[in-house]
Amino acid sequence: MSNRRLSSILKLSLLSAIMAFTSNVFADPVKAAFVYIGPVGDMGWTYQHHDGVQYVKANMGDDVEITYVESVPEGSDAERVISKLARKNDIIFTTSFGYMNPTIKVAERFPDVKFEHATGYMRADNVSVYSARFYENRHVIGKIAGRMTKTNIVGYVASFPIPEVIRGINAAFLAARSVNPDVEFKIVWAYTWFDPGKEADAANALIAQGADILMQHTDSTAIMAIAEENGIHAFGQASDMSAFGPNAHLASIIDIWGPYYLKRIQAVKDGTWESTDTFGGAEEGMLVLSSMSNMPKDIQGQAERTFKGIVNGIINPFTGPINKQDGSPWLAEGETPPMFPDVLTMDFYVEGIDSQYPN
Amino acid sequence: MNEGLIIAIIIGISIASVPLIFAAIGELIVERSGVLNLGVEGMMIVGALAGFVVEFHTGNSFLAVLAALLAGMAIASIFAFLTQILLTNHVATGLALTIFGLGIAAFVGRGYTEVRIELIAEIHIPLLSDLPIVGPLLFSYNPLVYLALFVVFLVWWFLFKTKHGLILRAIGDNHDAAHAIGHKVVRYRVMAILFGGAMAGIGGAFLSLVQVPMWGENMTAGRGWIALGLVVFSSWQPFKVILGAVIFGGITVLQLHAQGFDIRISAQYLSMLPYLATIIILVSLRMRDKNKTNRTMPNCLGRIFHSTT
Amino acid sequence: MIRLILRTQPSKAMIFLSPLLAITLTAVTAFFIFVFILTDIEVSSVFYALFVEPLIDIYYVSELLVKATPLIIIALGLSIGFRAGVWNIGAEGQYVIGGIAGSTVGLYFYDVEGFWLMPLMSLAAILGGMFYAGIAAFLRTKYQVNEILVTLMLTYVAVLFLSAMVQGPLRDPSGFNFPESRLFHDSALLPIIWQGTRVNVSLIIAIILSFVAWFGLKKHISGMQVKITGSAPRAAKFAGFDDKKTVWFSLLISGGLAGLAGLFEAAGPIGQLNPGLPQFYGFTAIIVAFLARLHPIAIIFSALLIALTYLGGENVQIYFNLPSSITNIFQGMLLFYFLACEILIKYKVVFIKTTGQRI
Repeated sequence: MSNRRLSSILKLSLLSAIMAFTSNVFADPVKAAFVYIGPVGDMGWTYQHHDGVQYVKANMGDDVEITYVESVPEGSDAERVISKLARKNDIIFTTSFGYMNPTIKVAERFPDVKFEHATGYMRADNVSVYSARFYENRHVIGKIAGRMTKTNIVGYVASFPIPEVIRGINAAFLAARSVNPDVEFKIVWAYTWFDPGKEADAANALIAQGADILMQHTDSTAIMAIAEENGIHAFGQASDMSAFGPNAHLASIIDIWGPYYLKRIQAVKDGTWESTDTFGGAEEGMLVLSSMSNMPKDIQGQAERTFKGIVNGIINPFTGPINKQDGSPWLAEGETPPMFPDVLTMDFYVEGIDSQYPN
Repeated sequence: MNEGLIIAIIIGISIASVPLIFAAIGELIVERSGVLNLGVEGMMIVGALAGFVVEFHTGNSFLAVLAALLAGMAIASIFAFLTQILLTNHVATGLALTIFGLGIAAFVGRGYTEVRIELIAEIHIPLLSDLPIVGPLLFSYNPLVYLALFVVFLVWWFLFKTKHGLILRAIGDNHDAAHAIGHKVVRYRVMAILFGGAMAGIGGAFLSLVQVPMWGENMTAGRGWIALGLVVFSSWQPFKVILGAVIFGGITVLQLHAQGFDIRISAQYLSMLPYLATIIILVSLRMRDKNKTNRTMPNCLGRIFHSTT
Repeated sequence: MIRLILRTQPSKAMIFLSPLLAITLTAVTAFFIFVFILTDIEVSSVFYALFVEPLIDIYYVSELLVKATPLIIIALGLSIGFRAGVWNIGAEGQYVIGGIAGSTVGLYFYDVEGFWLMPLMSLAAILGGMFYAGIAAFLRTKYQVNEILVTLMLTYVAVLFLSAMVQGPLRDPSGFNFPESRLFHDSALLPIIWQGTRVNVSLIIAIILSFVAWFGLKKHISGMQVKITGSAPRAAKFAGFDDKKTVWFSLLISGGLAGLAGLFEAAGPIGQLNPGLPQFYGFTAIIVAFLARLHPIAIIFSALLIALTYLGGENVQIYFNLPSSITNIFQGMLLFYFLACEILIKYKVVFIKTTGQRI
């Protein structure tokens, strides 16, 4: 055999070996695991994450093997559950803020496993964070609320005073005021993500105090149901709640996690996964507005145009001039805030909100 | 603050109190007989699910409430069998019942989280319901609200005006003496436990059929435990159960309103009020009660009865 | 007809056999349930996940110990009170307050290292728990307000207080305004005794406390007082024992131990103070205490058994995508059988013909 021939054979063999190796790296299905804070049936936060999981299954079929664990408490159990999953999975999604430290700890022990933590801020080589600019949708429903309210009182049932919830309140309020300078927000803190009875009580209290539009940052469908019962309107949270309030439902904010999950799991399969910080919004398709109902065509049209504006990056829900609740200036005319620290650590109400900031 | 708001607040308080009244009055009978059943939360949630499921499938509210009652009794019967026949420890068995009840309800209820039902309608008495102020305040409630008040009266009458009630109380205070006289301790206790289960079941159903027409696991959110506390608050006296439930439910509703009115106290501390108030009010009631009457719990509460057969 | 006849003395054999019988019965019942409900899952693999894996895998064994430790500590304190008829149902609240107290000390000295810090934190935790339980003792001795009500209500108050603390004074200043404290620094963390796991020194303390309680119960006069007062308060009064002192002693001890457990959890597996601290250990410990029939050494074993049900249930959730409610059903069943089989220790089951003759 000539040298040239030998070298060709060697190169070909090497090439085949490399191709065989890389194509075998993930010929087995990718194993992805999801840690949920609540039950899949909560019709809210966890329900939407699980919906995203179904999307992945539908698109990847046998190329992915999914495990999910519901209702994992945020205490010392979380670390154990994540560890167990890390032994057998290639990528793990932990879908609640309180899983942050456990995720980081486990990630240190399993450097070859990828971790994705929702709504957190700590990263590592094998840990990404992801969240969505939910407040963009709050901006849209804020505009709807501002125009739909007849009593000029919007009732807001909030859960816990964390930045995500504060962002939502501020965005909704600013949007409502922009179309209705007389609108007022009444805010009640339920200190729970899911307690239908308490959410119903809060809704009733707000209605008794004159609210004719309800917004929520809690997870159950109770508030929508109470709105329906009282003949007023409400917005759903995290998933489409129109079934629970056929006459009351105006719109629901819907979190869309599917495409993001698909992208990340696919990246693991292709070996291209890297630690990233995703804070997507309407533009990236991580939020959609549900179907709208029970409102005049022109308001619906405006809402759709507003949403499109956000998708196209034209509208930013936080655009100055805006002052903080105590009157101090925050954003100048036309100015938009930096993500960090202003947006990500938001801990103040904007000017015009009457309620006392919790704590 | 207009009268419409006050009426709405009072109605809200009444609605919030009812599940507590049912669960607590049932447990009161149980404890009066000398049994401590910590499984109230488990019985309530089972009742909530049973009522919701039957309402969803049949649309018949009466059947739904009946189903809740029976479901509560069914699960209470496990407790009755274990503590009265197999002589197990009350506290541990009750806690096991809570855990089991929550689990069973959540498991069976998985298919019902995405549906809704029609709420039980309020009654409408011609003329009376239409009276201003008094109408909505007194005559326009859901039938279960009136049932709750009626049950409390019934329990009071039973305990203090009937022979069987007297025997029940005697058993609760000294089961050995009662047995020596010839009363069937076990039989009374089993009946009491089943009654407690039935009431807890209805209380739970009130949540899923009236307060919020939906089902979610853990929707009772600790009300069973509050009911246990209210039994103590009531010093085991039926009418005081209503007082306790109204105070607790009332302050819970009021603190929500207070937030809406923007009272300048942090919401976490406002949320503490119902719990603190229950303790403080009981203490002040005790302080004013010079004769120290009716202070202690039934003597045999929690103690296992060993018949000498 | 089946009759129960009191044995002349408790059957020693049954003390060991009845738990085994209970486990067998649970297994059999679970088998039938699984076979009927889960059509596409190998039932034997379910059993493996439930019972076997947590016991043979080293990591799971370590986690069993981690989970059992707080249960042991709290149950020890509770058992003393239960013997005396003092019903501390709200140990969860004392656990939280102790956790806050101890953590506050640790956080206050966040930039100081030293061996003295952990003992100081522990002392603060014990005092915090004692103080909180002391409220119930005071109200019971002075106003005969039953401790069931007070401890239970105060539990809710404690959890809300925790929320206020981690959102306000104890919040991590560099934590994006999320309701969590700083991560504890090295001196404020419990030393790990089993490298590679989360097992820390609190396990040893728990075992030592167990033996201390055992000796204390056997020898000390307080033990006798506590034993007698429980079974017949009036007899105790006549014998000269002080009911009030017993109430105080029982509540202070159980409160102190619960508080200590709270700190150990925060300074151990969690590593910070956050809203995930309350995990119902205060209630689970009640079960642990009674399953062990209030015996201090047996508490170690019943705690391990309960921990096993948690870990086994978690496994089943993870491996078979079963809902978390399965764990609760399974735990409830095991407890029912366990309690039911206990009767065989004191009573003999005898079959009697209806004519009154033994078969």
